[in-house]
Amino acid sequence: MTNQKQDKNMGALGPYRVLDLTDEKGFLCGRLMADLGAEVIKIEPPGGDPGRSLPPFYKDDPHPEKSLYYLAYNASKKSITLDIETTDGQDIFKKLVKTADFVIESYRPGHMDNLGLGYEDLSRINPRVVVTSISPFGQTGPYRNFHSFDLLCSAMSGHMFITGDPDRAPLHISLPQAYLLGSAEALMATMAAHYYRRKTGLGQHADVAIRDAMIKTTVNTVPMWEYKNEITKRGGVFWTLRGEKQRVLWPCKDGAVSFGMHGGGFGAKTNRELVKWMDSEGMASDFLKTIDWENLDMETATPELYNELSDAILRFFQTHTKKELAREALDRGVMLSPVQTVADISESTQLEARDFWDEVEHWDLNVRIRYPGAFIQITETPCLKTTRAPHIGEHNEDIYIRELKMTSEELAILSGARVI
Amino acid sequence: MCRQALEGVKIADFTWAAAGPLTMSYLAHGGATVVKIESGTRSGASRSFPPRGGEGGMISSMMFSNDNSDKLSISINMKNPRGVEVAKKLVLWADVVAENFRPGTMEKWGLGYAELKKINPSIIMFRSSARGQTGPDSKVAENGITLQSLTGFTSLTGYPDKNDPTPPWGAYTDLTAPALGAVMLIGALDYRAKTGKGQCLDLSQLEAGLQFLAPAILDYHVNHLCARRMGNASSYGVPHGVYRCSGNDRWCAIAIFDDREWKAFCRIMDKPEWLDDPRFATAIARKKNESELDHLINEWTVKHPVEEIMNLLQDNNISAGIVENSADILNDPQIKERQFFEKLEHPHLGSFFHHGVGFRLSKTPCNPRTPGPILGQHTEHVCRELLGLGKDEYENLVDAGAFT
Amino acid sequence: MSKQALEGVKVADFTWVAAGPLTTNYLAQCGATVVKIESITKPDGIRTFPPNKDNQAGPNRSLLFSMENANKLSMTLNLKHPKGLELVKRLVAWADIVAENYRPGTMERWGLGYEDLKKINPSIIMFSSSAQGQTGPDAGMGATGITLQSLSGFTHLTGWPDRDPAPPWGAYTDLTAPAFGAAALMAALDYRDRTGKGQYLDLSQYEAGLHYLSPAILDYHVNGRVAGRTGNAQPYAAPHGVYRCSGEERWCCIAVFNEKEWTAFRQIMGEPGWAKEERFSTFLKRKKNEAELNALVETWTSRHSPEDVMAMLQEKGISAGVVKNAQDIYEDPQLKEREFFKKLDHPEIGPLSHRSVGFKLSRTPCGPIRPGPCLGEHTEQVCREFLGMSDEEFVDLITDGVFE
Repeated sequence: MTNQKQDKNMGALGPYRVLDLTDEKGFLCGRLMADLGAEVIKIEPPGGDPGRSLPPFYKDDPHPEKSLYYLAYNASKKSITLDIETTDGQDIFKKLVKTADFVIESYRPGHMDNLGLGYEDLSRINPRVVVTSISPFGQTGPYRNFHSFDLLCSAMSGHMFITGDPDRAPLHISLPQAYLLGSAEALMATMAAHYYRRKTGLGQHADVAIRDAMIKTTVNTVPMWEYKNEITKRGGVFWTLRGEKQRVLWPCKDGAVSFGMHGGGFGAKTNRELVKWMDSEGMASDFLKTIDWENLDMETATPELYNELSDAILRFFQTHTKKELAREALDRGVMLSPVQTVADISESTQLEARDFWDEVEHWDLNVRIRYPGAFIQITETPCLKTTRAPHIGEHNEDIYIRELKMTSEELAILSGARVI
Repeated sequence: MCRQALEGVKIADFTWAAAGPLTMSYLAHGGATVVKIESGTRSGASRSFPPRGGEGGMISSMMFSNDNSDKLSISINMKNPRGVEVAKKLVLWADVVAENFRPGTMEKWGLGYAELKKINPSIIMFRSSARGQTGPDSKVAENGITLQSLTGFTSLTGYPDKNDPTPPWGAYTDLTAPALGAVMLIGALDYRAKTGKGQCLDLSQLEAGLQFLAPAILDYHVNHLCARRMGNASSYGVPHGVYRCSGNDRWCAIAIFDDREWKAFCRIMDKPEWLDDPRFATAIARKKNESELDHLINEWTVKHPVEEIMNLLQDNNISAGIVENSADILNDPQIKERQFFEKLEHPHLGSFFHHGVGFRLSKTPCNPRTPGPILGQHTEHVCRELLGLGKDEYENLVDAGAFT
Repeated sequence: MSKQALEGVKVADFTWVAAGPLTTNYLAQCGATVVKIESITKPDGIRTFPPNKDNQAGPNRSLLFSMENANKLSMTLNLKHPKGLELVKRLVAWADIVAENYRPGTMERWGLGYEDLKKINPSIIMFSSSAQGQTGPDAGMGATGITLQSLSGFTHLTGWPDRDPAPPWGAYTDLTAPAFGAAALMAALDYRDRTGKGQYLDLSQYEAGLHYLSPAILDYHVNGRVAGRTGNAQPYAAPHGVYRCSGEERWCCIAVFNEKEWTAFRQIMGEPGWAKEERFSTFLKRKKNEAELNALVETWTSRHSPEDVMAMLQEKGISAGVVKNAQDIYEDPQLKEREFFKKLDHPEIGPLSHRSVGFKLSRTPCGPIRPGPCLGEHTEQVCREFLGMSDEEFVDLITDGVFE
């Protein structure tokens, strides 16, 4: 693996093979590796991955080949079916491990070890292999066997406690996020281990904890406790991000916009420009025009000062629509965003201009579906265009017959034996 | 007594031999009034089918009683115009006319679908034949033994190492067609109830039989693979077959499909070393060394009674069962519990078991109630009660030789 | 100590605030040498982000800065000084990676665009992270995580269906982008090792964020459905959400996915009468009456501490967890066991827990070793050790004010 040649169309990870055993806790990790050019083989249990039952569905038809959740996060992969809990399955899996650079899995901690497929076992077969395990709390520690779900990882990370309205329960994002952040963390872990392997030839085991990856979303609240014994609470549209209560969501004529009133150098330019803009419409008081924004410290500003500022801005925003505010803010360099829905996002001229979307042909559904495309633009090795998520076992023939030289009779036996 | 599911359905049943009567049996057990129309001069071949009982003779078949329980019998001389007149009255009375003669026979009697419709516009005609009512081979003479070969069942039964097949016992297509025919008929009755329209149903026993071979037919069409007999082996389960047990001609059927079952099986056989034995550790290896494995399993099974092996394996969630002979079936505790066989008292043949159907309906019973009728047993009952003929009219017909 | 995974990787880090420094944070925690380049007159804005030591802002007093920039080295430079730019070029020649997250165009204005860097170091990898990418009509738009998370759709998707959004706390897109960027950098390094070629990476935090919403985007595209706020409800479990427990602001999250779990959950609650009512008897009914269900579940949870609820449910295999506040996180036994926080002694702040990355590598330790650097703390070390500068030259540069 040290001296492969490749042309740039293969993507940065073109020469590498990934065996992807994950469920929804780790789908995104393999998806991003495929975007970077790796050959990602999703290993599904016979009958298909349970993640294929996750809503939403194409035309709301709950069918294993129509889960949009599954399609989105398993695009650009290959699929084979294999029950690695059987002796035949383990036999075949071990053959595949010899050809693989990466194995990613998200079983309950210890499950792979119990099957004789733990990192130690796999590294005996292929000492270079990097095995990434994704679990809610990691492979060790008192919570390792906890029963979990996406929201739970978010709840136990501290993020929910500070998100939501003060008079209601702690809140998560309606489209669950913990598994996705965990998958991104897993990707980083995998790549760090990969770099070390390139230098030393040694593979290793990456142990990813989804909850731990989410803790960073609490930003500065843990040190707030450690240092000041203050527990940050939910404030709805008012945050205490910078020490004082601050409005982050502002109603306007037809919805709301996000705007943060930051003090000091951080907010000076945007605040100055906003006041100029307000002034041009006769809505800036003399008081507003005389503020020394560079030296305004929100942490020590009095509530009276803050309220005077925010009341004026609130009044101003309410005279405009989301679109007007967004357009003018862009021209004036004011840091402000409308609260966009997925419909607004889909019409973004910016994303269009950057050719962000990938149109993917689904011949089986007779439709082209638009997917979020390259997660990063790279000049020499661009991310590959998204391709359709595979059908259940779509690449069984490629892998088992063409590559492993198994016969179709053997495949029929293994199908009947519920191995593939 | 309880109401039955098909109570009120009226059938003029011209069927004979096996495939037709067995179709009508489903309806008769379900509560339909099935009037079997026979001729005393040319009584149904199945009335002589062994085993025979009582005094013996051509009309003493126990098998007939079994196949025709719950039906009524009227014997009509179809060569006599007055006999045909009675038959036509039955057509007017009936919801369904059923027959399984060689195509063209009913037409010869003036009882083709066109004629029946003139008598009873909403009549449903059910026709079962070897190869259907149309096409170049529709009128070929056939029975279940020839048809099961034509359909492909014969070539698929036997040992791979022998040149010739070992045909399935019995007339297999006579047993695959009836349930499909009965279902068709109930569908047509339902359609008539909704629309008032009757129709003609044309069941080819050949075509119905092919439904049971669909995967092999697709395999040939798509992959050009011609399915072959392979003894008791399966293309994927291994071990899969019957194994000799202690005793005289005692056998146990055993099948292992997946890894969990295999591991349990090795434990039961006390062969833990097989789990790591390269000959048997994986399904692919087991398939490769199947005859060797079968031999070793036989060495174990032959030391134990079949019941013991079945229970031991079943206790461990492995599929295993006695290869049952007739006595086993009659003594089978499960069959007894579900009262699959019904002991009915036959006026000539005494008391014996009659088959039921393979299902139970929770509200409406469908077990056999009366044995197969004696020839012409219900002639008067049918004429007087069902057709509503007066006493004089009936006696007139008797005198005219309409019934034989 | 053991080798670290990214030992030997050299990064010239121009990033500031959050999305950029959190990207290079991964590299620094895995052992890369990351030199953070700031100017004394205009240091990274996050250096004064609260909480600050004694509530007094100062360049070396922000606890968050220290956490985000652990293991990095700090060098100060005056880019407006011609010799400052010279020095930067020497750093570029030394580095494998140049990282930055200024508003697009800023690096070019300093003569440090990718084309300029390539002239200095042809195999350099340049990484730019920005709100909306380097190209397109809105590329120049200023943004913070607060505004960008609204643009990316997260704000609209957080909150209760009957209310305006309650935006996700923190600057969410600042946290979704970094792992993507750091991993892509690793891939680019791998490619460079194999081919000798560097390249330019343009990460749009907006676009990276959309990958966290892919299913909703596809749902809009194919079904025309605009995803909305659902509080804590999810389509595939009921109850599913957060429930008030005894104590002030104590909560526990619970999800019940199937019949078995529902039965166990009822038992744990002591089989309350309401749980057996018809309206909660099936999953579909529980889903339909979810609001009432949630209120009733809360009557039970509110009598127990969240820790007790979690323990009782986890023991029976039901997913439940304490909604942790900052103190809980700080005292969490699992995090302690895995040494997620490491207490490091910061020269001005004193002892402070620093977060690790969310993973452990079996051969190569990662995590915080040194607190975030004081402003300019490593200027001399970088000049002498990495750039091989002589004493005279270094002193000259100091006198010229190049490091201000």
